[in-house]
Amino acid sequence: MIEFKNIVKRFEDKLVLDNVSHVMKSGMSNLIIGTSGSGKTVLQKCLVGLFEPDEGDIIYDGKSFTKMDDEERKLLRQQIGMLFQGSALFDSMTVQENVKFPLDMFTNDSNQQKLKRVNEVLERVNLIGANKKYPSEISGGMKKRVGIARAIVLNPKFLFCDEPNSGLDPQTSMLIDKLIYDITKENNITTIINTHDMNSVMEIGDNILYLKNGKKEWSGNSKDIIFSENKNLNEFIFASEFLQDAKQMRMMELKK
Amino acid sequence: MNFFSHFGAYVMMIRDMFHKPENPKLYWKEFMHQCVEIGIRSLGIVCIISVFMGAVSALQTAYQISSPLVSKYIIAQIIRDTVILEFSPTLICVVLAGVVGSKIASELGNMRVSEQIDALEIMGINTKTYLILPKVAAAVFTIPMLVVLSMVLGVLGGRMTVSLAGIISTDTYDKGLIELFKPYNVFFGLTKSYTFAFLISSIPAYFGYNVKGGSLEIGRNSTTSVVVSCVVVLLADYILAALLL
Repeated sequence: MIEFKNIVKRFEDKLVLDNVSHVMKSGMSNLIIGTSGSGKTVLQKCLVGLFEPDEGDIIYDGKSFTKMDDEERKLLRQQIGMLFQGSALFDSMTVQENVKFPLDMFTNDSNQQKLKRVNEVLERVNLIGANKKYPSEISGGMKKRVGIARAIVLNPKFLFCDEPNSGLDPQTSMLIDKLIYDITKENNITTIINTHDMNSVMEIGDNILYLKNGKKEWSGNSKDIIFSENKNLNEFIFASEFLQDAKQMRMMELKK
Repeated sequence: MNFFSHFGAYVMMIRDMFHKPENPKLYWKEFMHQCVEIGIRSLGIVCIISVFMGAVSALQTAYQISSPLVSKYIIAQIIRDTVILEFSPTLICVVLAGVVGSKIASELGNMRVSEQIDALEIMGINTKTYLILPKVAAAVFTIPMLVVLSMVLGVLGGRMTVSLAGIISTDTYDKGLIELFKPYNVFFGLTKSYTFAFLISSIPAYFGYNVKGGSLEIGRNSTTSVVVSCVVVLLADYILAALLL
C-alpha cells in the first residue's frame, strides 16, 4: 500500500501539485487520471523519488519514503518496477538482456536460473521467441510488454506504469491493460497507472484518482464514475456524444 | 545557469560518482566495454594523426634550420621534445575530446531523453556510478596509453620523413634522439595526458547526463561539451606547463 499526504510540488513559481492526498491499495490497479498537464506524471515521479515533493509525505507500507536516506531508498526501489511511457528499454541490449539486467545487477543466481526466470516472464507477457531481438526490431506493443517483463522480473511489490497505452492501437491497448491487471491480481501488487485512456478507466479502474490543475478533484472506482455528478469529471471522461451514450447504457446495465 | 552553478554541479557529479557498486562484476564488464569504445576505437585516428604530426614537424623544422652552424641532429631533438611535451598529449587529447567526448555526451544524452537513466534510477542503481565512472576510468586508463603510442609514432614519422626526404640520415636522427634526452619530459607528457583524459571524459559526461529536452538538445549539448572540453584542456595545458616546467 502506498499512502501520500498533502503533496505539494512547484517548479519555480508554477504550482503543479496542490495538497494531493490519496491511498493506493495493494492488489488493485490504482489509476491516476486527468488531462495533459494536470500533474499525473509529476505525482508519479514524486512517488518513485525522481522528483522530491516540496511538502507532504509518501508512505510505503507504513514507512515514510520522504524521510528515507539514499541507501534505504535504494533497497525500497528494488521492490519497485516501472513501465515508462516510451518503454525506456536499453537500446544496446537484446530483449533477453534487457529483462535479465535487474537480475544480473541484484541477484547472485546462476546464469541458468536467471535465463529460466527471464523466459518465465517473457512467456507471461506472451513474448516467447523474441529473446534475441533488439528494441529497434520490435513493435511498440512488444516494447511495452518487454518493459512490463523487465518491471516484474524481480517480483516487485509496487508497479508503476506511465501511460502504458500511449501510441498503441485500441486492441493492443486492451491487451496491455489486461496483462497489467492480471499481473496485479496474481501477485497482489500495488499498481499505479497514469492514464487518460477511457477504456482503461472503465475496464481496470479499481481505485481512481482524478486530478485537475494539480488538485485532487475526485476519487472512486469505475462504477462510481458512471454515477458521479462531478461536472469536471463527466466532461473529462465522457467528452464525446458517443461516450455519453455509452455511459447511459452502462448506467442502465448497472441499475438492472 | 551561470558558470559557477555549472561548476558546482560538475563537482557534485564527480563526488557522487564514487559509490560502492551494486554488482562489481557488471561494473567491470562496463569498464572493459568502455576501454574498447574509448581506447581501441580511437586507435586508428591516433595512429594517422601521430605519424603525420611527426612527419610534418620534421619537414618544417628542417626548413627553419638552414644555418650550417647548427648540427642537423638538432632536428631530431626538436621533433622528440615537441612531440613528447606538446603534440602527443595536447593535440591528441584535443582530437579525442571531439571523438570520445561527443560520443559520451550523445550516448548519455540519448539515455536521459529516452528515460533510460530514470529506468536505472528506479531499479535502485546509482546511475552516476554505473554510467559515468566506467567511462572516466576507461578514459584515464586508455588515453595515456594512446598518448605513449602517439609519442612513439610521432618520432618514427619524423624519422621516416627525414630519411625519405634526404634531410639527414637515420643514424644522425637516432643520435639526436638519444642526446640530451630528459626522462622528466615523458613524465610531464604523461601527467598532462592523465589530466586531459579525465577532463575530456568527465566534462562531456556532465553535459550528456544533464540534457533536458529532445534530440535537438542532445546535439547542442554534445557540441558544447566538445568546445568546453577543448578550452579546458588548453587552460589545463598552460597551468601544468607553468607549474611543472
